[in-house]
Amino acid sequence: MFIGDTMVKIAVLVKQVPDTNSKIQISNDRVDLSSVKMVMSPFDEFAVENALLHKEAVGGTVTAITVGGNSADKVLKDAKAIGVDEIVRLDCTEYMDSNAFQTVISGVISQDGYEVVYCGKSSADTGSGSTGPGVAEKLGWASVSNVTDIQFTDGMTVTVPAEGGNAIINVSAPLVVSCDKGSIKVRKPNVKGIMMAKRAQVDVKSVNPNPSNVTVVSQTMPAEKPAGKKFEGGQSAETVVQLLREEANII
Amino acid sequence: MTETVVIAEINKGKVSPTTNELISAANILGSDCTLVIPCTDSSLADQVSNISGVSKIIAAKSSVFTNYDASGWAQALDSVAPQGIIVTAASAQSKDLAARIAARRNVSVVQDVISIVGTTLSTPIYSGKAIENVAINGNVVVSIRPNVFAGVSNDGSCEIQVIDASGDLSTAVKELVERASARLDVSEANIIISGGRGMGSPDNFSHLEAIADTLGAAVGASRAAVDTWDDIPHSMQVGQTGKTVNPNLYIAVGISGAIQHLAGMRSSKYIVAINKDADAPIFQYADYGIVSTWEEALPVLSSALSNMLS
Ligand SMILES: Cc1cc2nc3c(=O)[nH]c(=O)nc-3n(C[C@H](O)[C@H](O)[C@H](O)COP(=O)(O)OP(=O)(O)OC[C@H]3O[C@@H](n4cnc5c(N)ncnc54)[C@H](O)[C@@H]3O)c2cc1C
Ligand SMILES: Nc1ncnc2c1ncn2[C@@H]1O[C@H](COP(=O)(O)O)[C@@H](O)[C@H]1O
Repeated sequence: MFIGDTMVKIAVLVKQVPDTNSKIQISNDRVDLSSVKMVMSPFDEFAVENALLHKEAVGGTVTAITVGGNSADKVLKDAKAIGVDEIVRLDCTEYMDSNAFQTVISGVISQDGYEVVYCGKSSADTGSGSTGPGVAEKLGWASVSNVTDIQFTDGMTVTVPAEGGNAIINVSAPLVVSCDKGSIKVRKPNVKGIMMAKRAQVDVKSVNPNPSNVTVVSQTMPAEKPAGKKFEGGQSAETVVQLLREEANII
Repeated sequence: MTETVVIAEINKGKVSPTTNELISAANILGSDCTLVIPCTDSSLADQVSNISGVSKIIAAKSSVFTNYDASGWAQALDSVAPQGIIVTAASAQSKDLAARIAARRNVSVVQDVISIVGTTLSTPIYSGKAIENVAINGNVVVSIRPNVFAGVSNDGSCEIQVIDASGDLSTAVKELVERASARLDVSEANIIISGGRGMGSPDNFSHLEAIADTLGAAVGASRAAVDTWDDIPHSMQVGQTGKTVNPNLYIAVGISGAIQHLAGMRSSKYIVAINKDADAPIFQYADYGIVSTWEEALPVLSSALSNMLS
């Protein structure tokens, strides 16, 4: 039973990133990911959940899309196991700057006729949070970011942080929603889902990115912070307050 | 040299001092800095008429700027900002705006910049576990982490040009819901005091609130605190799946310093840790560590601060 009169075509962007517990190492000026465990970027789990809730509220289809090499099929299968309909990988392992990357994504979104795109508010590796708003701008669509809650009754409203509290905003498709963690619980796959995901076919598309104007020179370890001062006992809080004023000059 | 455009950071209806830091960064990236101030009332710009390091100030006046709407703001600012490298703050809202303006101008965006050397920009990746150094070629949009660059002074003088900007809203605010407490949000504060599971119960956060009130600080929390206690909302969470903060001072109380918590606060300028376990990982990142229970340390901290600030 669908409440809406049309079936919405929903896309959700999912990215594979190192598990947030993993140790990051550098070799030859680049982060070496050869031995880290890869998982779905944490905020993308909320994007998938919101996309599924959207479909359940109004009817439609959800397609999970990732950009990456073969190994990225795993996040698509994870999304499939919890209920997305289709899984698509845009096959590309070379570096793209934000402009090249968003051009590729927005090209596929408009070509394949999606109406709503969900993504994470930022990915755990770059932390940049550029994809949602950037893709929306390229498509000429509205975007809302850092979304913590979505209601699908009476059209669609989202909750985002605003100065002094939250704003509840009316939105309508076409639209890109970048998701923060909210109060929703992310569903877990069941055995049937996992079996279905195993057999599912990834729709692999080739892409042809534009050249990048921003290039990576190197990746390095952060500068070591000089060892701090450590004091024993609660009384030392007084010394610390003194230091905050006299040494750090901050209070 | 490349021209630069700084989009002023607005906070509580005022041009935030972060703007001075953005101008410093812009002056490394290029010359001829234009400061653009999004406003509904151009008198907002008067406040910064003496800001240094700029050759032009534009008050971009539009009703679009009443509430944040990514698409309307990007359109309006794009219409008044000259060509060049655009610099914004790396706050949640301004990063979103930076990405939209970049896409609108068909250029790339580099977010969370913490260092600029020539045309090489550095940004944290993997939540600060590593740094990426990128080379820019041509115009880009850059967002700058607060509290990293020293701000320009306020002893200049520059005429303010008021330009009507226009943009179309693509979303509509239905309701603004104010936070129950008048306290600052962690994303808005320059000093944060956060509690973790070691606080023992949500009621004990009142000790942190009292100190926060003395300092004009925000109260934050670890995920363990948010997940364990319903009274501690997710909006207080600092870390990988919470907020990334860059205050001048971060005080961690009863927080072990898990990698996902560090992800959100390790770039704070000064870190103070209070933990009863001398081996807690948080001490490796603390400028000042206090090995003690909070029950012993907080009263001392509180009275020392009150004495100093009264
Ligand atoms: C995908 C993912 C995302 C995550 N995102 C986040 C995130 O955004 N933010 C976050 O914080 N965590 C996050 N975590 C969780 C993180 O791994 C830790 O579990 C969490 O940070 C621990 O919180 P804590 O330090 O408060 O608790 P604990 O690790 O239990 O530490 C409590 C500390 O309190 C001290 N203590 C106890 N009693 C006292 C006392 N009386 N006085 C003083 N000290 C005392 C103890 O010595 C201990 O060091 C994430 C985890 C995962 C897997
Ligand atoms: N390579 C990718 N493949 C699929 N989705 C991506 C990719 N990179 C970024 N995204 C999406 O965009 C969001 C924000 O990413 P970012 O702009 O890199 O912080 C992520 O949470 C994903 O939803």
